[in-house]
Amino acid sequence: MLDSTPNDLHSGESPLLQTVGLTKRYGDFLANDSIDIDIWPKEIHALLGENGAGKSTLVKAIYGLIQPSAGELRWQGDRIVLSGPSEARSRGIGMVFQHFSLFDNLTVAENVALGLDGKESFKDMSARLEQVSKTYGLPLDPKREVWQLSVGERQRIEIVRALMQDPKFLILDEPTAVLTPQEADQLFIVLERLKAEGRAILYISHKLEEVKRLCDTATILRGGKKIQTCNPRLETAASLARMMVGGEIKQVKAAAGRQTTIPRLVVNDLSLAPDEAHGVRLEHISFELKGGEILGIAGVAGNGQDELFAALSGERLSKDPGTVVIEGIAAGHLSITKRRKLGAAFVPEERLGHGTAPRMKLSENALLTGHAASGMVNHGFIDTAATLKTVDKATETFDVRKAKRDPEAASLSGGNLQKFIVGREILRNPAVLVVSQPTWGVDAGAAAVIRQALLDLATAGAAVLVTSQDLDELAEIADRIAVMFHGRLSEPLATRDATREKLGLLMGGSSLEPKEAAHAVGA
Amino acid sequence: MELVEAIILSVLAASTPLLIAATGELVTERAGVLNLGVEGMMIVGAACGFGGAWLTGSILIGALFGIIAGTLMSLVFALMALGLAVNQVATGLALTILGVGLSGLIGAGFVGERITPAAHLNIPGLTDIPLVGRVLFGEDAFVYFSIALIIGVWWFLYRTRAGLILRACGDNHVSAHALGYPVLRIRTLAVMFGGACAGLAGAYLPLAYTPFFIPGMTAGRGWIALALVVFASWRPGRLVIGAYLFGAVTILQLHAQGWGVGIPSQFMSALPYLATVIVLVLLSRARTGGSTAPAALGTVFVPDR
Repeated sequence: MLDSTPNDLHSGESPLLQTVGLTKRYGDFLANDSIDIDIWPKEIHALLGENGAGKSTLVKAIYGLIQPSAGELRWQGDRIVLSGPSEARSRGIGMVFQHFSLFDNLTVAENVALGLDGKESFKDMSARLEQVSKTYGLPLDPKREVWQLSVGERQRIEIVRALMQDPKFLILDEPTAVLTPQEADQLFIVLERLKAEGRAILYISHKLEEVKRLCDTATILRGGKKIQTCNPRLETAASLARMMVGGEIKQVKAAAGRQTTIPRLVVNDLSLAPDEAHGVRLEHISFELKGGEILGIAGVAGNGQDELFAALSGERLSKDPGTVVIEGIAAGHLSITKRRKLGAAFVPEERLGHGTAPRMKLSENALLTGHAASGMVNHGFIDTAATLKTVDKATETFDVRKAKRDPEAASLSGGNLQKFIVGREILRNPAVLVVSQPTWGVDAGAAAVIRQALLDLATAGAAVLVTSQDLDELAEIADRIAVMFHGRLSEPLATRDATREKLGLLMGGSSLEPKEAAHAVGA
Repeated sequence: MELVEAIILSVLAASTPLLIAATGELVTERAGVLNLGVEGMMIVGAACGFGGAWLTGSILIGALFGIIAGTLMSLVFALMALGLAVNQVATGLALTILGVGLSGLIGAGFVGERITPAAHLNIPGLTDIPLVGRVLFGEDAFVYFSIALIIGVWWFLYRTRAGLILRACGDNHVSAHALGYPVLRIRTLAVMFGGACAGLAGAYLPLAYTPFFIPGMTAGRGWIALALVVFASWRPGRLVIGAYLFGAVTILQLHAQGWGVGIPSQFMSALPYLATVIVLVLLSRARTGGSTAPAALGTVFVPDR
């Protein structure tokens, strides 16, 4: 019955889990097209692919969340049909979700209880929770409510919850996307240990270096089809990326001889109290950004980046006008529109709902940020032709792919919408561009286009501030990198000095050197 | 003394329908569903409850009729808002309009009829204790039931696994679905519980409060129950305080008007609303951080399959 050829390592056994011709169809769209994967015990198996390649659909089918349209799952050699996640769990399949499946207003222990099948009393469960979290070095306080916890702690809940089912097979969906490098290293230690205990792990990530370091096998999906299964250690990051994208990714490169000019965005001792219950207080933030320069802001999400963006964009006003200076003019008290008129442009993190109004057309969305300073309004009337021209120009310049000339924003894929939003702002020729998570959830090809556009904008003389959690992205485009932690911003480091170790320490809240020593060096 | 006892008795009677209806709505909203049709479910419960009691002569059967009618009304809501994912606010408002019309139709034949209201408990010796005897041991069954109900709901929500799952659905339906919980089924059951409570609360009015049926006799109590849930920040304990406070101020301001206190009657009539809002706002200020409303409240959920 050897329809799949066991390699030497596994001769004589059957795989822990197999998908055979697994297909999932949504209407005419094939999300998964006849996918075969073998997963063996004691294996960390990477699942690679761009957004929309079908990774999520595949793992949802393996976890019983959706039923495949055709094909089958085999568990330890036997065909199984999963009625739902609870059956998957009872067979020994655990899952750690990318967008955590946690409940903010419930305690850690309650969240864990919800992920289990409720056969033990709450008290026994809490005791076991403490024991498992101790055994694997994943400290948790069972009585705290989730909204109080950091992203890293939230992920720990997910992992502990999965481990408490004693799974034979664990699925992790982009687990390191939100972690500092040091937190990621700790996670890898846990994963290596799970592997040594004989469990199998399916590891979804788009961080190729990480996959090369951690994984024994990699399966690459593209457009719903399996492209190849390979040993990632024998591949290069570039060859893996080629398989994912199906072609070369254009290298982003900075133009030589970029000149820095006058300071265009200056922030002076900006402090701001949070305006919501779970917000972060900004404390004494100062930096100066010159024309022709890109400043990167790194940091784990939720350390004040959103609050800083709001303070810079004018969504939140500062009492002291001098805290934010745009093009030499004190703007801390000015509205968003007035700041745009000074030549600033803003791209928020959330594309749908913040960057665009999802149910409005692209031309209307172009008008929403361009009305003040882009000649789209004539004596109070909308110049429809001008708004459409902006859409066409953004489409052409930034390769936005869409079904018709002027569709609703929500109908575009994440990457294309992001290209449109960044393009919309860049076409206004801003003197200052503040952009938050420019390539979050965007496929590699679109990410390259966006990064190149940011570099070109800086080359043209604009000041660009980029907030990102992707250190590789910042290393690629930023001239200097500062780190945000608990509402404070570190001194910017020149990118060539900003090693992952240094940034990781700053992201975790440590300072790079003792305070006295820092003063001594400074003096 | 006699007067104080009489006032306390009438406060309990006025508060009980609010407490029952609000308890049901609290469970519904804790599951993440906003059913604005409480008033409609109550008035249909009142009409059917009275009809059942008048036809059979049994208060118990009347109460069951009320419960069944409220549940059927809530199923209409569940079909629209959960099954077809229609906007919950619009569906709830439509349910109230439907209920008001339907109750007029059902109750048309009963208007002007009278029944014997629900009997009050009478334990010789205990019920005769001055001041507290009738308050503690001389109520009708609805009053005792409403207190058992809210204690039961508190115990269910915070002490059972099923209650935890229900709260989880209200907090984040996407996560609950991802963990394999049948969100829509759980929500349907919660909506039905809310409907049953609203129907019973409605039936209380003609079965115990005033022993006859008139169209529109709920007189906005469904809306007050809805408001109580919000101002009680979705917590059973505060709901009890809110319901009795509202009942108390309603009765007291009536007596105060009777004594001829020199305050405009319009202001006195507004007092119960004002007092309830102020007290519950002060109570909810005490909580630090965390959101009080179920995070998924009123949002449509369509599972992918």
